[in-house]
Amino acid sequence: MTPFRVLDAVAVPLGESNIDTDQLAPGRFLMRPVSPELLLHDRRYDREGTPRPEFVLNDPAYAGAEIIVAGRNFGVGSSREFAVLALPAAGYRCVIATSFGDIFVSNCYQNGVLPIVLPEAEIDALLAALKAQPGAHVAVDLPAQTVRAASCGPFSFAINAARKACLLEGLDDVALTGRYRDAIASFEATYYDEFPWLA
Amino acid sequence: MPPQTLVDKIWARHAVASLDADETLLYVDRCLLHEGFWWNIVDALKSRGLTIHRPNNIIACSDHFVPTTDRSGGFAAIADERRRDLILRLETEGAELGVHVIGMMDDRQGILHVVAPETGITQPGMVIVGSDSHTSTHGALGAIAFGIGTTEAMHVLATQTLWQSPPKTMRITVDGRLREHVTAKDLILAIIARLGIDGGAGRFVEYAGSAIEALTIDERLTVCNMSIEMGARAGVIAPDAVTFAYLQGRTQAPRGADWDAAVASWSTLRSDAGARFDREVHVDGASVAPMATWGTSLDQTIALDAPIPDPADEPDASRRDAQTRSLAYMGLQPGQRLRDVPIDYAFIGSCTNGRLDDLREAAAVVRGRHAAVPAFVSPGSRAVKRAAEAEGLDRIFLEAGFEWRDSGCSMCAGANGDTLQPGQRCAATSNRNFPGRQGPGSRTHIMSPASAAASAIAGRIAGAAEVPA
Repeated sequence: MTPFRVLDAVAVPLGESNIDTDQLAPGRFLMRPVSPELLLHDRRYDREGTPRPEFVLNDPAYAGAEIIVAGRNFGVGSSREFAVLALPAAGYRCVIATSFGDIFVSNCYQNGVLPIVLPEAEIDALLAALKAQPGAHVAVDLPAQTVRAASCGPFSFAINAARKACLLEGLDDVALTGRYRDAIASFEATYYDEFPWLA
Repeated sequence: MPPQTLVDKIWARHAVASLDADETLLYVDRCLLHEGFWWNIVDALKSRGLTIHRPNNIIACSDHFVPTTDRSGGFAAIADERRRDLILRLETEGAELGVHVIGMMDDRQGILHVVAPETGITQPGMVIVGSDSHTSTHGALGAIAFGIGTTEAMHVLATQTLWQSPPKTMRITVDGRLREHVTAKDLILAIIARLGIDGGAGRFVEYAGSAIEALTIDERLTVCNMSIEMGARAGVIAPDAVTFAYLQGRTQAPRGADWDAAVASWSTLRSDAGARFDREVHVDGASVAPMATWGTSLDQTIALDAPIPDPADEPDASRRDAQTRSLAYMGLQPGQRLRDVPIDYAFIGSCTNGRLDDLREAAAVVRGRHAAVPAFVSPGSRAVKRAAEAEGLDRIFLEAGFEWRDSGCSMCAGANGDTLQPGQRCAATSNRNFPGRQGPGSRTHIMSPASAAASAIAGRIAGAAEVPA
């Protein structure tokens, strides 16, 4: 997993709420490898596969963006990890939103994508700044837990200490759990003694 | 010991270790996988040189890509090569790895969340995870059950554990009796409409109260299934005599002395008097009306009789923007009554409403009438299909012009190719009305089996109380 430390990059002001997993990665693509076109496919492309110029992610002013700023409930819905994997495939490594779907957040942590929750007023300030100055950068500092744009911030964000450590080191959970092999073995011995029908 | 919630009790039994106050290594009893993600999970496992720690406790079922028509031709009849390959990969590789495979041609085949309860794989007190967000369904039998991603599923296969932050809890108490023509689906839709799609975010929700206790297991499964649609990590209902009666004798349920020990253990799985929840909500069951979604998120749900809201009346800017987008996508106007909206299609099935009680509910509405639009029924499993046929439900649907298909996830997410045409409007008993969920440009109205059946008959959104004779 790619470590995440500091990201200073173009941010795209998506703004919308309820960007669900089926929009992020439509179900009919789940049998194919993740491609750069997967992310928000039906929002970015029409039925002939032509980019929709009116959709903000297609606006050349935000070319090269690595950060998405959105509204509430980003990533609600399905457990499909493709909804997260579609982001780095299209160049995005961080989503800043008012709230997220829980499973989506877990999947972000497994893939080096940083989900940041900020209060609505701070999201609104970021969105206004990015719309006023298309192509402006946002600086995300994970060690300091801050988000800053040229004209607003810094805004502090919270993150679970263990998750932060894994992101900084580029470790997913499998690497961590390797240290608990003996604890699992002794747990199982007691557990199946008490609940033999579960073995 | 201070009073504990049901969730706390199950959690404590499964805590292997703690990293800090924020992270517990949680033991997993059963992991449920389907062919849509099997390949990602096993590729990841193999690329790290890992093996499956307890293959017997991993259940793999073909449900997302399986066809719902012409199953008699077997695998060769699956027209799409990629889907066929992914189904075959799960079934052959799963068998090689010693996993409990329930394949497409198996007599027990069906949707994971229908098959696991009805075979007794799902049991009270378990921690169950699955590579599907509707794993929340299994909480109906008193288990902690939730969906995970493919990397986490790989972790479970390799270690039979998962890192989780300790549960925040919420109790939704539903008292009073549901009125005639009001179903478990209407109840959960009403709860989501009230609490919002983030109303349960980060929380394990326990459903309690006399109206919940009065539900059958099939109905409880519908309620817990949709917990994820209000953002909850899981939904759970305390196991009771109804649960034990449902499980006794099922092939994977404990037997003999194990059964007695299990029931004794399961009987302790109740929230103690005085247990503290992070949030408590009370719902009057008698106030719930038949509901359906009008928009593209599950909080955009109203009673069938109610007018579609006007975004101009919504004070919250974010919700107003979402409502405006939904109206445009759905091709609807503010003030329109939901029950006046014509439909093009009806779909009865899915892990939310593909069980025998659901098909009985729909058949009671359909009996002796005829569908005005194309409609089909996909029973949630082969066992459900056999049981329905034994009662003659298939005849009722077929005589009314419905197709009577095979079991799978089908038109809930359209992963098997059962999709609508762009712009088509569907009365659906599934769980999500997201844009494009049933195919690009599809318009989905989520409702109960009774209402979907009534809508198919009327050719417009309708409730069971108003179908024409």
